[in-house]
Amino acid sequence: MTINTRDSSTKASAARPAVVPAKKKRKSEVGVLSSFGHVALLIWAILVLGPMLWTLLASFKNNTEIFGSAWALPHHLRWGNYARAWNKAHLGTYFFNSVIVVALSTFGTMLFGSMAAYVLARYKFIGNRFIYYLFLAGLAFPVFLALSPLFFVVKNLGTVPLIGQFITLNTRGGLVLVYIAYSLPFTVFFLSAFFKTLPTSVAEAAMIDGASHTKLFFRVMLPMAKPGLISIGIFNIIGQWAQYNIPVVLMSDTTDKSKWVLTQGIADISTQAGYQSDWAALFAALVLAILPMILVYAVFQRQIQSGLTAGAVK
Amino acid sequence: MRHGKYPFVIGFLVVPVLLYAVFVISPYVQAFYYAFTDWHGIAAHPKLVGFANFTKLFHDSVFWKAAEHNIMLLLALPLITIAIALFLAFMLNVGGGSRGGTRSGVWGSKFYRVVFFLPQVLSLAIIAVLFQEILRPDNSGAINSIVHALGFSNIGFLTNPTLSMWTIIGVLVWQAVGFYVVLFSAGMSSIPGDIYEAAEMDGASRIVLFFRVTLPLLFDTIQVAWVYLGIAAFDAFALVNILTVDNGGPDGATTVLANEIYRDAFVYSRFGYASAMGVVLFFLTLTFAVLTLRLSRRESIEY
Repeated sequence: MTINTRDSSTKASAARPAVVPAKKKRKSEVGVLSSFGHVALLIWAILVLGPMLWTLLASFKNNTEIFGSAWALPHHLRWGNYARAWNKAHLGTYFFNSVIVVALSTFGTMLFGSMAAYVLARYKFIGNRFIYYLFLAGLAFPVFLALSPLFFVVKNLGTVPLIGQFITLNTRGGLVLVYIAYSLPFTVFFLSAFFKTLPTSVAEAAMIDGASHTKLFFRVMLPMAKPGLISIGIFNIIGQWAQYNIPVVLMSDTTDKSKWVLTQGIADISTQAGYQSDWAALFAALVLAILPMILVYAVFQRQIQSGLTAGAVK
Repeated sequence: MRHGKYPFVIGFLVVPVLLYAVFVISPYVQAFYYAFTDWHGIAAHPKLVGFANFTKLFHDSVFWKAAEHNIMLLLALPLITIAIALFLAFMLNVGGGSRGGTRSGVWGSKFYRVVFFLPQVLSLAIIAVLFQEILRPDNSGAINSIVHALGFSNIGFLTNPTLSMWTIIGVLVWQAVGFYVVLFSAGMSSIPGDIYEAAEMDGASRIVLFFRVTLPLLFDTIQVAWVYLGIAAFDAFALVNILTVDNGGPDGATTVLANEIYRDAFVYSRFGYASAMGVVLFFLTLTFAVLTLRLSRRESIEY
């Protein structure tokens, strides 16, 4: 390996004098292109950050200033907009619901997804391939095909004795179960590929030491699969946090919005802002919805980028 | 694997398979059945009507409009996003030229990468509300205030029917580009520097480098990007539902199949008809996936 590199580098330096004129020409070309490229990068960065900064500005304004000149600074910071967005526009409730739902559904997705993926990846039994391809098929179907029957499936769960009232339409429980079910195909697909790559020797050693299958999974295999679990965990958290189609259908009760999640809540605040002409609260609500995501992203930036792109690279 | 394999296997599979069967498999199977019924959601036994829903679809101008918009998204979204992302990624990774033999990106490339990716962590619903304000038609909109200050007349991004679909595409591109910049950057950084060096020594310009070295070696990644963006093009529901005038307007100028399925099912309670449209959407998605994989199959380059 080392010899090869040195070999190519000596070749390169040997050939260098011959290409000097071409190189000079290229240098100016590089200068033009790279400054052009830099301008393009800068423009795109402004395109991304501009809308968010503008929203931040507007969130401190009052209605007169909002309809005044769009890019002017607010006269003073009106924190009251934020209080109204959080309490009067119920953003706090929506935020809390989103946190609860995503926490439970991501935990459930990871637990059940890894259990299924592990068994499908490492155990031979009748029907293994059938179940695996059944999960895989879920990736090929558009969710809009399922939405109307799904609405009635979840509605009918209300008739189940005792627990029915917690998992039917307009409940957080129902939403959690549906999120888990729709996150399973990709999670199982991704993790079973991951479990397949883990060495068998460790598993065999643990079995000889008398570990049960269950113990082997929780004590040995899950810790070994940690990088894969983190990637798919981030993927699921961001995906479920952003989910809009499913809550809009399953949480459609407009008379009681106390169980609504953030995405549909923000859309509703936007509609309400028109009626109540409280645009400042809408901007404050937008900032409150965006800011936590930016903070989380700033801290876990590396993990989030690799987690979201992991699926594509596989 | 002697002691009690089957109880363990069944114990681990029962909950995930049950959840999946109840909430995913059964609705899909039912949808295919309801597509052939006149189901309105109330009757216990919906009547089978054969292909009536599909023939009705065939003569439904709204359906064709929505399908047309989906096709437009399917072509424009991947093409524009991939072109911009490739250009930005190339500038980030190779644009800085070579210093001391090693290829370097432009100054601040790490900062750009972080910023570009940012819209990806925001949900489409929030982005839709954000752009509703940014794109306001009067001078209170962030863009139109600038347009006005420059002396042009205000642009009806969402109210002008010929423009509104492009606005939707623009917002989708705005969100998607950063993800593909990161994806392509990862692909580009795995291309060995020797290849660039060798090409440069042969007198290849930066543009030639891009088209003759980077592009062919990134082909697999671009193909993945195309499939991802194509699938995203069949959704776009959150954007159309929140951002556009009258959920898909003005006058149906921005409606997509997902939007019409939602409207037929949950506004008009025409569940049978909506399911039929869902079946069409499924076959469109499937055709797209098969076609992409077929057409783009070629020998990958090992390096």
